[in-house]
Amino acid sequence: MDLSSLYTDIVFEHDKRPLHAGLREPFEAEVHHVNPTCGDEITLRLHLGGDADAPVVEDISYDATGCAMSRASASIMSDLLIGHTTSENEPVAEHLDRVMHARGEEQGDEEIIGDAVALQGAAKFPNRVKCVLMSWKAYQSALIEARGALGWSA
Amino acid sequence: MTLSQAPAAPAPLDVSAIRGDFPILDRMLDAETPLVYLDSGATSQRPRQVLDAEIDFLTRDNAAVKRGAHRLAEAATDAFESARARIGAFVGVARPEQIAFTKNATEALNVLAYALGDPDSSRSDQLRVSEGDEILITEMEHHANLVPWQELARRTGATLRWIPLAEDYTLDLTDLDSLLTERTKVFALTHQSNVLGTVNPVAELASRAHEVGALVVLDACQSVPHMSVDLPALGVDAAAFSGHKMLGPTGIGVLWGRDDLLAQLPPVMTGGSMIETVTMERTTFAEPPARFEAGTPMISQAVGLAAACDYLDALGMDAVAAHERGLTRRAVEGLSQLPGVRVIGPEVTTERAGAVSFDLAGRHPHDVGQVLDSRGVEVRVGHHCAWPLHRRYGLAGTTRASFSVYTTTAEIDALIDGMGAVIDFFARFE
Repeated sequence: MDLSSLYTDIVFEHDKRPLHAGLREPFEAEVHHVNPTCGDEITLRLHLGGDADAPVVEDISYDATGCAMSRASASIMSDLLIGHTTSENEPVAEHLDRVMHARGEEQGDEEIIGDAVALQGAAKFPNRVKCVLMSWKAYQSALIEARGALGWSA
Repeated sequence: MTLSQAPAAPAPLDVSAIRGDFPILDRMLDAETPLVYLDSGATSQRPRQVLDAEIDFLTRDNAAVKRGAHRLAEAATDAFESARARIGAFVGVARPEQIAFTKNATEALNVLAYALGDPDSSRSDQLRVSEGDEILITEMEHHANLVPWQELARRTGATLRWIPLAEDYTLDLTDLDSLLTERTKVFALTHQSNVLGTVNPVAELASRAHEVGALVVLDACQSVPHMSVDLPALGVDAAAFSGHKMLGPTGIGVLWGRDDLLAQLPPVMTGGSMIETVTMERTTFAEPPARFEAGTPMISQAVGLAAACDYLDALGMDAVAAHERGLTRRAVEGLSQLPGVRVIGPEVTTERAGAVSFDLAGRHPHDVGQVLDSRGVEVRVGHHCAWPLHRRYGLAGTTRASFSVYTTTAEIDALIDGMGAVIDFFARFE
């Protein structure tokens, strides 16, 4: 079995030197997600700017424990999403989600998901998909909470 | 089938003959990769004898048991009740009435936890957990012997306490006197840790518990498949174990309880097969074990599990235990030589059994398991349903290799070589 599609250099680079790691202020929402089958955990904070009509992800900060795939995913995600409006980010998350559930049948578009194409090797390993998606689900929960806290209904 | 130590060492198992009984062990994971199955602690593989027993039953005697007067129903009932007696005998239980079948060991422990929390005051106070009582467990429990007691405490207002783990991966009994008191109604513990391999001093602890009047419940899931176990001789009051970890089928677990205990406990699941009389107003319940077996039971699985008991007894449980001790020693010694690998479990010189969990510094167990899997070495990764145990040692998870009668020394060497490859694989990215 070829492990190189799973453990790419990009994955290891992000695992070793995760971008945007650590918990920072300010933030409007903090969520804690776990992967109950393996015990991986992430605490993720989201800071929104802009306004109710066009919220901007000003910062994503996090503290993650988990495997190389899950840690790399949190790093890649925060780097992709920070600085963009939440509506710009939506297709990114949707595309990754679709690729990760395609069991390797669908190639990720680097134009849309950038470095996250390096995570798509996990799509062929169904028990690793949840490792990749944990941080993305945490972001989505945090987004709902942050909008609620700001009174910016979606 | 007793705990008495045989003076002579048992003859070693003929592992290559044993492997001939387990068709799955010959399969390839892909064109080049044979299966190295080291996850028997999660579920064991089944020999042809077990599969054949189920097929024979289903192709000859299958019918609903304990109802109907036709001959097939009688044959099925005979097979089912003989299986109950056979399975009881495997764990030293002479009276089949003390053996109730559940869907798995988790259900057996839940039946006890729910029955003991039933508020019916006509039952002896000793067997009714209520506010102010204490339930004692240990920090090494599998979630199956932890969460049901936590929930029982929540439902009743009782307090859950636990014996902590010590640095040497055994129970820290220093404060036992303050943990096990007249307030303790139930003491539930595992015979053997599914993560550490630690074997607990059950008989001694059960006797201490009885001095304060506590009921002792044993999780025997990891001991019954791997050593000779005589449940009544251990002095516990009730125990649970599962079929699929002892070469038997899934879908069957065993609840064993002393006569006086089972006789007093109320049913948890109700319906058909567990009644004595039913009117529109009220129902009286059957005697144990039927009281705890509502609905149509798992019949062919019981027959299969009885065949698994025959299989294990033919090998001899002392020989099985000796075989697994040898594998454990080889694994612990080999893994401990590798840089960054730390075995999470007691020394091989202490009483310890065939589950070897370990940590590789700086690497998550999922990543370790993925690389091992690429070489066909199938191990368990994560917290193994013992999250508090892992927290106690500051670990997010471990990698666990666990053994059975068909495990070879070559497979242990494949694990050790595989870990060498894991270390090399990740070193490339440092």
